[in-house]
Amino acid sequence: MEYKVKLTDEQKAILEGSKGETLAKVMESLVRYGELFGATEMVPISSKFNHLVTSFGLKALGPVYELMDKLLEAGAPSGQKFTVDPKPLDPKVPSNLLQDLVFKKFMYSRQKDYEKQLEELGLLSDNAFTCTCYMDEVGNKPGFGEILSAVVYANSVLGARCNRNSGIIDLMGSVIGYVPKFGLLTDEGRKADWIVEIKCEKKPEAQLLGSAIGMKVMEDVPYVVGLDKWLGNELNDETCTYLKDFGAATASNGAVGLYHIDGLTPEAVKDGKKLIKKDAKTYVIDDAELERVYREYPVIWKKQDATPKLCFMGCPHMSLQQLKDWTDKVEEGLKKSGASKVSVPTVFTAAPDVLEAFGKTEYADRLKATGVITSYICPLMYMNNPLSEKMPVITSSNKLRTYTSARYYTDDEILEQITQNRKGGK
Amino acid sequence: MKTFQGRVVVPGRVSAEALVSHGGLNTLASFQKALQFGDKKATCGDQNNPDLYGKQMAGKALCLPQTIGSTTGGLVLYCACSMGRQPACMLFSNPIDSLAGAGAVLADVWLEDVKMPVVDSLGDEFLEYVKDGMNIIVQEEGKVLVTDAF
Repeated sequence: MEYKVKLTDEQKAILEGSKGETLAKVMESLVRYGELFGATEMVPISSKFNHLVTSFGLKALGPVYELMDKLLEAGAPSGQKFTVDPKPLDPKVPSNLLQDLVFKKFMYSRQKDYEKQLEELGLLSDNAFTCTCYMDEVGNKPGFGEILSAVVYANSVLGARCNRNSGIIDLMGSVIGYVPKFGLLTDEGRKADWIVEIKCEKKPEAQLLGSAIGMKVMEDVPYVVGLDKWLGNELNDETCTYLKDFGAATASNGAVGLYHIDGLTPEAVKDGKKLIKKDAKTYVIDDAELERVYREYPVIWKKQDATPKLCFMGCPHMSLQQLKDWTDKVEEGLKKSGASKVSVPTVFTAAPDVLEAFGKTEYADRLKATGVITSYICPLMYMNNPLSEKMPVITSSNKLRTYTSARYYTDDEILEQITQNRKGGK
Repeated sequence: MKTFQGRVVVPGRVSAEALVSHGGLNTLASFQKALQFGDKKATCGDQNNPDLYGKQMAGKALCLPQTIGSTTGGLVLYCACSMGRQPACMLFSNPIDSLAGAGAVLADVWLEDVKMPVVDSLGDEFLEYVKDGMNIIVQEEGKVLVTDAF
């Protein structure tokens, strides 16, 4: 078969079977995938580590594990060590007997086997399960311009280069060492299709702003202006945390793989408004627009005013600073209401390495005393089943809201609900 | 009868009944329950998709603009194909997105006994014209014939 993607002699040889049938198929998969999007060539991955999305041993994904077995049998472990999304189970997170039975015996019955497969393929460490692999404590942080095979935070905040690749394709890139060059790997593909003008009177909630932009631009690249009066022009802990939550909402409520923030994210600092395409469309966001977006979220709880049974914070996983800030907030909220413990079972999730670092601070005992549980779990995987979807769960994660029956509230509203025993319903 | 011309993503010929989604197909939300709980009809489980929710997807000519949602989308589609619960074909009005493209290619390269022709770039008029229950014939070279119901 003739391909338009330009291949080196080495790549052609792999495609023709020089390293065996399995690797030939891996190369064919990547080349054909790239051809669909006008890839010009296969370029080497330059980041030290990769990140994979499939962290769960879901029985339904049996064929994927069989495919991974084929890679292992062919002696084709990942050329890079990698981190992977969070685990779907953690005994610390409240669940009833039926949920335990369904989770362990039925849904995630392949979890142990799958984790073994990941180890054999090149899992970075036992702690490598998180959706925020770029945290300093975790250490999977690609540099500016580095090409990796996994997405929105890496592209936007770190200036790395990756497309929004599906699970398995991400692993195949690591196995073969190359990815097709198209879309967000090219200078042209990183130019903005939209100018988003922020005209709010108060600092927009990161997850709400990201949601509004994601739903408007879908998979296009937005260039956001007007956030500087709240975020400033320096990438520090606070702004990176804001951008982490903002980006996750743009990606999950739409399909954004890259955004630029005027005067803040690296390419916007370097090239400024030259990054905006000539025919870019404009989207103006003010407080009323954010309120409209918020009010239009469907609430799919059977009983709209049900009392929340669980609160999840940390989708994507929280940063160390967020855990500390929320410890202060929860304590203050409880003090105001005269309570000693949170009134809704509440789980804060973070990367295992971040939780370890948090455990060494004086905040850990303080948070524990409020009744909040910390966990490395993936809230999405906990919620994504017929049993959990019937539970009234609240969250300030727009990603969790999008994929599950969890109900979204702003950070302030969540704080009020968990510390002041306010029942559900807006 | 009306004919539409698209681009071949996965070649093949097939005839099937149309199932139309005007919004993006969230692959994970749509297929997860069917794959998890042994539903051979692949009943769509995505409550946010009023066009498809509760309808059989397996064996249908799935007509849609694009897929959306989690980056597990490609591997979920691959699993649906591997377990024999895939649509008869997938017909996209837009250029295919990276997640559906990955799933289509993976299934075609790695699954010998499974054929799910995929055509993209059929245009907005295709989705405006085609309705649930219409007869779809996918020919070689990306030609798609749409006729009234069986």
